[in-house]
Amino acid sequence: MIINWFRYASPVSFYPLAGRLARVFGVLAAALALIGLWIGLVAAPTDATQGDAYRIIFIHVPTAWMAMIVYVAMAFWSALALGLNARLSAMMAQALAPTGALMAALALWSGAFWGRPTWGTYWAWDARMTSTLILLFLYLGVIALRQSIDDPRRADRASAVLSLVGVVNVPIIYFSVQWWNTLHQGSSISLTAAPKMAMIMLTGLLFMTAAAWCYCIAASLTRVRAIILERERSSGWVASLIGIGTPP
Amino acid sequence: MKPRARRFAWIGAGLVAVVAASALILNAFRSNLVFFFTPSQVYAHEAPQSRTFRIGGLVQQGSLERVPGTLTVHFKVTDTAATVPVTYTGLLPDLFKEGKGVVAQGTMGPDGAFHATQVLAKHDANYMPPEAQAAIDAAHGHAGAMSMPSLHEARAQ
Amino acid sequence: MTRFLEMGGYAWYVWMAYGAVAAVVVAETIALKRRGRRALATARMVQQAAEAGGDSLQMIESKGTR
Repeated sequence: MIINWFRYASPVSFYPLAGRLARVFGVLAAALALIGLWIGLVAAPTDATQGDAYRIIFIHVPTAWMAMIVYVAMAFWSALALGLNARLSAMMAQALAPTGALMAALALWSGAFWGRPTWGTYWAWDARMTSTLILLFLYLGVIALRQSIDDPRRADRASAVLSLVGVVNVPIIYFSVQWWNTLHQGSSISLTAAPKMAMIMLTGLLFMTAAAWCYCIAASLTRVRAIILERERSSGWVASLIGIGTPP
Repeated sequence: MKPRARRFAWIGAGLVAVVAASALILNAFRSNLVFFFTPSQVYAHEAPQSRTFRIGGLVQQGSLERVPGTLTVHFKVTDTAATVPVTYTGLLPDLFKEGKGVVAQGTMGPDGAFHATQVLAKHDANYMPPEAQAAIDAAHGHAGAMSMPSLHEARAQ
Repeated sequence: MTRFLEMGGYAWYVWMAYGAVAAVVVAETIALKRRGRRALATARMVQQAAEAGGDSLQMIESKGTR
């Protein structure tokens, strides 16, 4: 099957596609989250050391992962936007930033409420937590920079450069628990070693992670549709979309 | 070179420069990003002498003593190579246990003991139901086998 | 049910964490719906004004959201 991917590089054909995909991923996210929540809050047994406080892992780890993955995606679209001068790529980067910022905020928030009952403190300035806070500030910086520039194309370029500079922070977050002594524990799941979790807990975590992926995709695609409309509202294709004037 | 290729080259060069710069900065700050020092580092005089710092390790089995009628506790922090005695007055976190990880903040006293103002529990990344934990403990012959993988990894590096 | 809500004594921490996620997901979903509707409405106004003639178009363009 041959698909002309470049067809979807134009907002005209991407707008309806994004709408269909957003609906699919939204439904998937809801279904996966329901199963994941049921496993995480009901089916999974309590933890031997942490009691029921460990159940925060089912939202903390997925949001923390998404905070990093969404940032990498944003940097990827930013690089394409800069390199190809492609406006849809810039719109994708613009659409990812708010969702990524929310994920980072939720990871920090849920981490605080997990740290208090287990470590004994809501917050500590260790490398993992500090670098995640920097990630949140990077997101906010990218959003603020765009808001402060009126010309959309110049705003695209400026926020793309900041996004790309900030991407070095992502491996720092990921490896911080190995590089430095931190209060934060290491990873329970890695590609190279067997998971350090009971099977049912791992299953719940995987469901919640898949739900978080689908949610972030659905939210970003819904946002990119609004952004496309906001930025292209004077164009001919929007006119035919909403049934005004002659089709281009 | 086409303009498009040149733009990508600039982006790539910029990324390389940023990565290199942050690698250098991180390397320079490496010791300052340390959240805690191990008992071995304390004896090697790598920890601050007069300032407040954090000490991290395992609570040595059988070292926890509570002073009756007070919130004061004495325990020993070990990294299996060296051991530092710690004195603390206050509430201990739920996960504070002999044989488990701990991070304490405070200063070294003239008596050679670490006087902590805050004690935090450092737990590992293992999650299992209580029955599974009981089975493992039974197999190991004693409850609460020493486990603090990240500490050993940190020391190995 | 009460035992479930108590979360083994960690109710405050567990539900503060889960509650925040629920609140954010609901709020973002509503905000996105609203933003999409507003973008569509503004686009319609702009396009109608463009059909009607130039002057009113500029007025709407300056009023509309970015």
